[in-house]
Amino acid sequence: MSRYFTEDHEWIDLDGDIATVGITDYAQGQLGDIVFVETPEDGKQFAKGDEAAVVESVKAASDVYSPVSGTVTEGNSALDDNPALVNEDPEGEGWFFKLELRDAGELDGLMDESKYKKFVESL
Amino acid sequence: MSETNETELETLTLPLDGWHRAHGGRMVPFAGYWMPVQFDGIMAEHQWTRESAGLFDVSHMGQLHLSGDDVVAALETLVPGDIAALKPGRMRYSLLLADNGGILDDLMVTNAGDTLYMVVNGAVKWDDIAHLREYLSDKITINHLEDQALLALQGPKAVDALARLVPGVTDLVFMRGAGFEWQGHALWISRSGYTGEDGFEISLPAEAATAFADALCAEPEVKPIGLGARDSLRLEAGLPLYGHDLDPETTPVMADLGFALSKRRREEGGFPGAERILAERENGAVQKRVGLIIDGRQPVREGADVLDAEGNMVGRVTSGGFAPSVGKPIAMAYVPVAMAEPGTAVQLGQRGKIHQAKVAAMPFVPHRYVRAGASK
Repeated sequence: MSRYFTEDHEWIDLDGDIATVGITDYAQGQLGDIVFVETPEDGKQFAKGDEAAVVESVKAASDVYSPVSGTVTEGNSALDDNPALVNEDPEGEGWFFKLELRDAGELDGLMDESKYKKFVESL
Repeated sequence: MSETNETELETLTLPLDGWHRAHGGRMVPFAGYWMPVQFDGIMAEHQWTRESAGLFDVSHMGQLHLSGDDVVAALETLVPGDIAALKPGRMRYSLLLADNGGILDDLMVTNAGDTLYMVVNGAVKWDDIAHLREYLSDKITINHLEDQALLALQGPKAVDALARLVPGVTDLVFMRGAGFEWQGHALWISRSGYTGEDGFEISLPAEAATAFADALCAEPEVKPIGLGARDSLRLEAGLPLYGHDLDPETTPVMADLGFALSKRRREEGGFPGAERILAERENGAVQKRVGLIIDGRQPVREGADVLDAEGNMVGRVTSGGFAPSVGKPIAMAYVPVAMAEPGTAVQLGQRGKIHQAKVAAMPFVPHRYVRAGASK
């Protein structure tokens, strides 16, 4: 299983052609206390860059974009009752949604963990 | 010379700027100044203030001394409060009104002995000063206390912490102030604030602000609190925020601030917009500021539409967010008077989604002021 990172501070785990998407620890730190997450419904189709989820902190609402194109297979229902999971375990239990990848080529050019770490340090 | 950036020039720093950064404050531009939006996190800071004591830097606010012969009568031509009735050391919430009765600012005015001490909102303080200068005669002196910092210590344990530094403050009760001294510096302290909790506001010389903030935060009850929690605390306390819940399009009656229209002033009139405001008070205004509790968990924020049963836009949300002490999203909104009764169901539209809400009495969290005559 390989993990990719985007400049929008999302992570993607690839297992076969199923991609699990979440926001990074850096992103949750910037957002602050998360009070609400809206995840997409099964079967929803996204092109890369489409608005896929909404995450709301005490201060503000933010969109989460689909980092790749595909069809949603599952939203993380645990976030309905416990949105703070995104603060507690952003790169694990606090994942947002899974989708069936349409074009693996879209992963080209995304960062690996060490590149993303350097990217965050440069901000 | 190095390159200059216009936005950097526009955002000013306050006396505690370095202190906030050293304490991990996340700084954002607010009302023309760099200010801390949070330290440990808004939720934790909010709860800390409700349970212990939070230190807020509100030095961006405008502090004014008004003096001169007949200064009280002069100020009463611009605000609807009974300023003449204020005894020395007493303060009152009031409103700077435009000729049409619209609200130019909300403010605190104190009888500080020789002068009237006013605290006005940071974002409109220059407009306020211009307005006062235009409408008050040249015999009235307006002294803008730009070298004074302003701190607020809020929460049930604020009195314990502050009394260790300034023992006399235990004699103050809600909405009263007095002069004190700390390490040779003159302080003006009032028992007042913007969180619904017991607490104090402390005006002090800018050069003493860092040492005083350090001394307060050395007390175990006290932590620094940012603007984010200040906003969630005041929203739960039902206190309006100027520029959001109040503006020149709103009147005191629409804003449900009838308590700011003092009895003598209602009877005598003689404040800006008196005719319209007194008529609204008699017959009701078209709209009214109310509290809302939102169904579900998603916050509904400023700018959302209030909809009637047919989906027509009939009002607007002026503040909203997740309320940590309530455990639900809450909001303030202007709605038609027919929809203003607590318990009324309303629909809200935000980013294409409909949210269900109920009108709720404010404050959402009970005030815990220490008032005169109350048993402790």
